[in-house]
Amino acid sequence: MTTTSLAKEKLHVINTHVHNIDGIAKVTGRATYSFDVKLPGMLYGKILRSPHPHAKIINIDASKALALHGVKAVVTGKDTLGVKQGIWRRYSELCDEQILPVEKVRYIGEPVAAVAAITEEIAEAALDLIEVEYEVLEGVYEPYEAMKKEAPEIHEGVERNINVTRHIEWGDVETGFEQADYIREDHFFCGGQAHMCMETRSAVASYTPEGKLTIYHSNQSAYYMQALMAGVLGMKEGNVRVIAQYVGGGFGGKFELDGAIFTSCILSMKLHRPVKVIYTREEDFIATKRRTPMHYWVRTGIKKDGTFCAREARVVSNGGAYTGMGATALYLTGFFHSFPYRWENYRYDGYRVYTNTLPSTSMRGFGAPQAMFCSEQQLEWIAADLGLDPIEMRRKNGHYAGYEVPGQAFIASCGLDEAFTVMKEWIAKKGKLPANRGIGFSAAGFMSGGIFNWFDTPYSFSSAVVTINQDATVELHIGATEIGQGSNTTMAIIAAETLGVKVEDIKVHSGDTDHCPADLGAWGSRQTLMTGNATKRACEDAKAQLLEFAYAKMGLNIVYDLDIKDRWVHIVARPERGMPFDELVTIALRGKDGQRIIGRGFYTPHRKGMISPAYSYMLQGVEVDIDPETGKIELLDSLTAHDCGQPINHLGLIGQLEGAFSMAAGYGYLEYMPYEDGKLMNPNLVDYKMIRATEMPETPIHDIDTYEPEGPYGAKEAGEGLTNPTAAAIGNAIFHALGVQMKECPIRPHMIVDALKEKAEKEKAGK
Amino acid sequence: MEKKIITLRVNKQDYELYINPKTLLVEAIRDYIGLTGTKRGCETVSCGACSVLVGDLAVKACSVLAMQCDGMEITTSEGLEDNGKLAPIQKAFLDEGAYQCGFCTSGMLMTTSGLLKENANPTKQEVKEAIEGNICRCTGYNSIVRAVERVAKGMYKEESL
Repeated sequence: MTTTSLAKEKLHVINTHVHNIDGIAKVTGRATYSFDVKLPGMLYGKILRSPHPHAKIINIDASKALALHGVKAVVTGKDTLGVKQGIWRRYSELCDEQILPVEKVRYIGEPVAAVAAITEEIAEAALDLIEVEYEVLEGVYEPYEAMKKEAPEIHEGVERNINVTRHIEWGDVETGFEQADYIREDHFFCGGQAHMCMETRSAVASYTPEGKLTIYHSNQSAYYMQALMAGVLGMKEGNVRVIAQYVGGGFGGKFELDGAIFTSCILSMKLHRPVKVIYTREEDFIATKRRTPMHYWVRTGIKKDGTFCAREARVVSNGGAYTGMGATALYLTGFFHSFPYRWENYRYDGYRVYTNTLPSTSMRGFGAPQAMFCSEQQLEWIAADLGLDPIEMRRKNGHYAGYEVPGQAFIASCGLDEAFTVMKEWIAKKGKLPANRGIGFSAAGFMSGGIFNWFDTPYSFSSAVVTINQDATVELHIGATEIGQGSNTTMAIIAAETLGVKVEDIKVHSGDTDHCPADLGAWGSRQTLMTGNATKRACEDAKAQLLEFAYAKMGLNIVYDLDIKDRWVHIVARPERGMPFDELVTIALRGKDGQRIIGRGFYTPHRKGMISPAYSYMLQGVEVDIDPETGKIELLDSLTAHDCGQPINHLGLIGQLEGAFSMAAGYGYLEYMPYEDGKLMNPNLVDYKMIRATEMPETPIHDIDTYEPEGPYGAKEAGEGLTNPTAAAIGNAIFHALGVQMKECPIRPHMIVDALKEKAEKEKAGK
Repeated sequence: MEKKIITLRVNKQDYELYINPKTLLVEAIRDYIGLTGTKRGCETVSCGACSVLVGDLAVKACSVLAMQCDGMEITTSEGLEDNGKLAPIQKAFLDEGAYQCGFCTSGMLMTTSGLLKENANPTKQEVKEAIEGNICRCTGYNSIVRAVERVAKGMYKEESL
């Protein structure tokens, strides 16, 4: 979408080189995380965890632990209200998790009891003294096994352990396949992935005799934590304060209740003292949640000329022990599996199955990395099968601005076509590659916040309040949660641009439910668009109030426009005529009999379909070198072509895209979570491999200029969506290097060696 | 075990501590002295979040006992600045956006400071190898490498004199 030059605003702050507003706190060690919080009289909590994947809790005897000097309390499920909670609050059957279970445990590592003591060491020693009598039950660990009639029942009354099913369909899939010249089907498996936030789950809870609870907690949504904790404790939301000022990473793993927040609160309420619970790295691996492992079956029909006819996909996912955000991941994987193409006929069926393993949930990309690993590799193989140019085949079927995903979504901005052109040039420039080296790419798209409200919030999805002080400094209160993605800076930039002041004039207050309006928080790439819109509206409200006084003071003809830029209030057509911003604030304050100027803004998406108000688009290219003897993969180079609408924070955008690449590449070939009988075999940073500095290739970024009409200043998602294409791009690079098709992710060395062996045998047999 | 008295000189300040000999340097810094800029991210000496300088050498503070550092000069991220004036490496991190959540940042700053003390003009590969033992889950490392290159190029020289 373009606007005429007269109407188009010249941007003064947006997309300029701005330091992160909490940068100095972070580079000087001043930033204080929940992990660092220490309150007077604070006790330390530790959690006793189930060694069994599936067992009834018969009895818990804590008497010996309580007798240990320094132990102040031991709590079990019986000390709680026993509320089965979940983030899908609208659907009681999906609220299935008691953080301290009363009757049975469903995965290894599930909390069973918690201790508070005067030191962490004493609390840990006390865990060994708690005697738990279990009746061990048969466990089941794989979804196909768990769906069998004879499989053990994990949740009472849930038939065949099927937790959630999701169906998406448009067009006429059967007819679509009839029209196809070529049909291909493949089975894939995409594994789990640990969020591996640098700050493990951490909470400090302090319950005081007034009946008020204050919680410092490392999370992605202070509001969700407030509401969920109030629910499980039987308290009013207003009596629960959640503070999440600095958060050491989230990536989709920190917006559900965890054992740290729950047990610290239960212990603090029992003792009326602050209690701190922080997870060890091992606890963070075995007892939080993970990216959802998915078995994918994909069938695709296509014409000889490359026109897409029909696509059908079926997913069976390993849900682990509880629902969490897994229900959303199951839906979104099915929707984004269609991206970024115009399938006239599309059908998806997803089944999420309970097993006795670590629950699976949302993780950066929210089901889409799995979807793209399968879709984009199969498309590459189809192009090869039919002798089509893989870029032109995709381009021909790609989304464009103005396209409607039938009955689902409207695409108002889309830079996909240019991304294909950029990728084509990059690949062409590489020329002929040496042996065992290949280039692969993958396309993807992603949402800018979800429209769904399974949380059942009565509030606007985002809200902002802006207050102008007498000295023309600005207080911006937002409910957004800053988890390192830079949302505070993004909102400060939007506020500065809208009010016409400088970023350093804005003080952002976020991540504190006592002082900030409710906001759903940092997940699903929602804050830039949603909180950004709320922030912009709040600032426009304040600005309009101020300008009333400027119009009156300047006595202008009504046809003249006034604006504020760089702290200068002026006539748009004659920018030299005006007054300083602080002077206007003084006038307005006097004119309002001393009332402060307060602007309010909110945003909830309406009439934007079922999924998201706007979609980002991206192509990821990678060049890899593979050692055919060992199967070792080396990333040599990469190219990102990315459309996030109008970038707001230049530095932040680069950081988000580079970071997404590293996490997504790790998912593609390193980050593997092997389970044996429900036990994670590598719950530490020695054995769980991820991208380190020496594994990162260069990450040049080509930003595609589009304008998203629904977003603040034309902005949409950046940073989560780029997690989607990379694993598939690595798979495609391996395909072009070695001619083998990798159907399991992460792609591990032995799989490449085996595939090469199989290929050689086939070629031998063929001769 | 019998407690011992040791002296750690942290950020040019002497701290006399009465500690269990098993206390790790990271525990002494965080829990006894109360400087929480230094983080902990694992129990296996794998993540580098607790990196500090012992003398001029970057060391993971979970890999040594506080006792072993008795009398030694230790620098943490809080000690990089000079009364509010940021060190070049801190400025470079700001200019490159070489941090996001910030939890690995102190460790990254100290590891790269150690590298620059040892080698004022490292190659890109040398920077990458120096921070290989430090995990950053947010940035993908390249901005950190660029930040070190900025300092090595002398971009903050005049300001820091």
